[in-house]
Amino acid sequence: MESIGVLMLIPMNSYLEQELQRRYNLFKLWTAPQKPQFIKGHANSIRAVVGNASAGADAELIEALPRLEIVSSFSVGVDKIDLAKCREKGIRVTYTPDVLTEDVADLAIGLMLAVLRRLCESDRYVRSGKWKKGDYKLTTKFSGKTVGIIGLGRIGMAVAKRAEAFNCPICYYSRTEKSDTKYKYYPSVVELASNCQILVVACPLTEETRHIVNREVMNALGPKGVLINIGRGPHVDEPELVSALIEGRLGGAGLDVYEHEPEVPEELFGLENVVLLPHVGTATVETRKVMADLVVGNLEAHFLNKPLLTPLV
Amino acid sequence: MATKEEQPQALENKEEPKEDGELPLVVVLRPKSFNLPLEDRLQSHFHLLDPNDSPDESIESFLSRRAHSARALLCVGLTPLTADTLCLLPSLELVVGSSAGVEHIDLHECRRRGITVTGASAAFSEDAADYAVALLIDVLRRISAADRFVRGRLWPVKGEHPLGFKLGGKRVGIVGLGNIGSQIAKRLVAFGCSIAYNSRKKKPSIPFPYHANVWDLAANSDVLIVCCALTEDTHHIINKDVMTALGKEGVIINVGRGPLVDEKELVQFLVRGEIGGAGLDVFENEPDVPKELFKLDNVVLSPHCAVVTLESFAALQDLVMANLKAFFSNKPLVSLVQNE
Repeated sequence: MESIGVLMLIPMNSYLEQELQRRYNLFKLWTAPQKPQFIKGHANSIRAVVGNASAGADAELIEALPRLEIVSSFSVGVDKIDLAKCREKGIRVTYTPDVLTEDVADLAIGLMLAVLRRLCESDRYVRSGKWKKGDYKLTTKFSGKTVGIIGLGRIGMAVAKRAEAFNCPICYYSRTEKSDTKYKYYPSVVELASNCQILVVACPLTEETRHIVNREVMNALGPKGVLINIGRGPHVDEPELVSALIEGRLGGAGLDVYEHEPEVPEELFGLENVVLLPHVGTATVETRKVMADLVVGNLEAHFLNKPLLTPLV
Repeated sequence: MATKEEQPQALENKEEPKEDGELPLVVVLRPKSFNLPLEDRLQSHFHLLDPNDSPDESIESFLSRRAHSARALLCVGLTPLTADTLCLLPSLELVVGSSAGVEHIDLHECRRRGITVTGASAAFSEDAADYAVALLIDVLRRISAADRFVRGRLWPVKGEHPLGFKLGGKRVGIVGLGNIGSQIAKRLVAFGCSIAYNSRKKKPSIPFPYHANVWDLAANSDVLIVCCALTEDTHHIINKDVMTALGKEGVIINVGRGPLVDEKELVQFLVRGEIGGAGLDVFENEPDVPKELFKLDNVVLSPHCAVVTLESFAALQDLVMANLKAFFSNKPLVSLVQNE
């Protein structure tokens, strides 16, 4: 029986690579000196694509793989996959919801605390020897601050649950008001931003939510407000964010994602009211393993004609 | 120092303290460099006797001369309040502490003299709990290390940053389940951590498992959070044996006092990789911090600032004013320190 070809787009997890290699004929796109030729050369045997938050099956790739049956994403965000094209061609799509919800929510709170309490700056203060010359300044209390959440899905709800343990009042914006929640709803992001002190982006990236945090929203959040982005870089108008922070129209920001990863606007490096992370929302030993098992499990189910574990399409 | 026989004579020689419209006297003890942000508010209600206002005079002389009839004293920051000083204040009935801990105040001597002590932990406990949780998330998820990685322009070069560890499911052992410890527990439960604790005595109203000694707690925990008071009994309560029991992947968070942890041992454990990581806000010899820690990415360091927020300082001012006003109007005090 011919072995099944699986195309992995970029390095994402060595355990995942290992498990895929054991079961399938794994093609590692990033090792190819000439990517288009590589794809063309193996197109006949590639029946699955494995991508992640940074790289997915776009229209061009799908067209180049006539035998493609399934795209299994090592992420919950699927904005890099051309879902319409997959539906059109009957290609299945799986992702990794739920298993990473807690890690992302934990990091959102971690970012809030790190920005308000200046954790990274304080650590730098000690390591540079400045503490010997004087105490660090006063910071801002986190407990009790109003937290506004854009998108009250799995991750948004998990962020709310954690923030409530710090006595933070919760409010939110989403496409439609949720009937089964006690949190206060605002029908627009600007209104949400005007009524909270910490604004968290926790919705999926779609055409509608691109730049959902724009200049108007940042001005509404204000000089004492803090923006936390654990969604996708394009949720936030990045050049506007930089100028809002530099000009003091926005109080601070905790960012895990950027418009052009791994590039981060250099102007942010000099700001002490900003915490910058390299897209590590799900970057724990425990969660990456569970995510990898889910990717492999979905592929196995598909090739055995069994029901998929976590299908999106 | 006046002896009992000398006192009646000494009284005649004393300068009567000027009372501004008969405002009650409050002695203020503070480090010279420490400005009293509360001063304006205090001065409108009390007559402050501050030895720093008489810099050419010794504290002993100032107090003997002016504070004989003072019934209340405000202890600012961690200024030690010793038995010797208390001897100079025969009318003292109340000491108002203004920090989270009270180990710098001679509580034994206060008790002996029938002096009531109020603390300020109520103003600080939420911030302290927030900071303990912040340090834990930072250590497990490598927040400060990752921020350095990005700012060092390493992301485009090195690609991946080492993986951190999940909070959910971690067994957290809290050493000292007082005000601060309980607030830490409440927060971490929401992250899916399981809580156990050690305290001087088991607390029957607390639903978490109790361990009679810290070694047992460590053996059954992935994380130890130290937030108990520093006393003779708790000096180096986190010692080599406790660190060994906690294990190679264990994490220690200290927001209590530096001497609660055997710092030399901790540094060795961290340098040798015999413990998973640490988040430290306090040190044995502040502001000196062992240099070996500066190279480690699994350690987060902060300059004793767990409670230093605008909000806590405002709450502290309110609390100090409330205690002093209550005392001088014979009303119940707001935040008594429980002596055991």
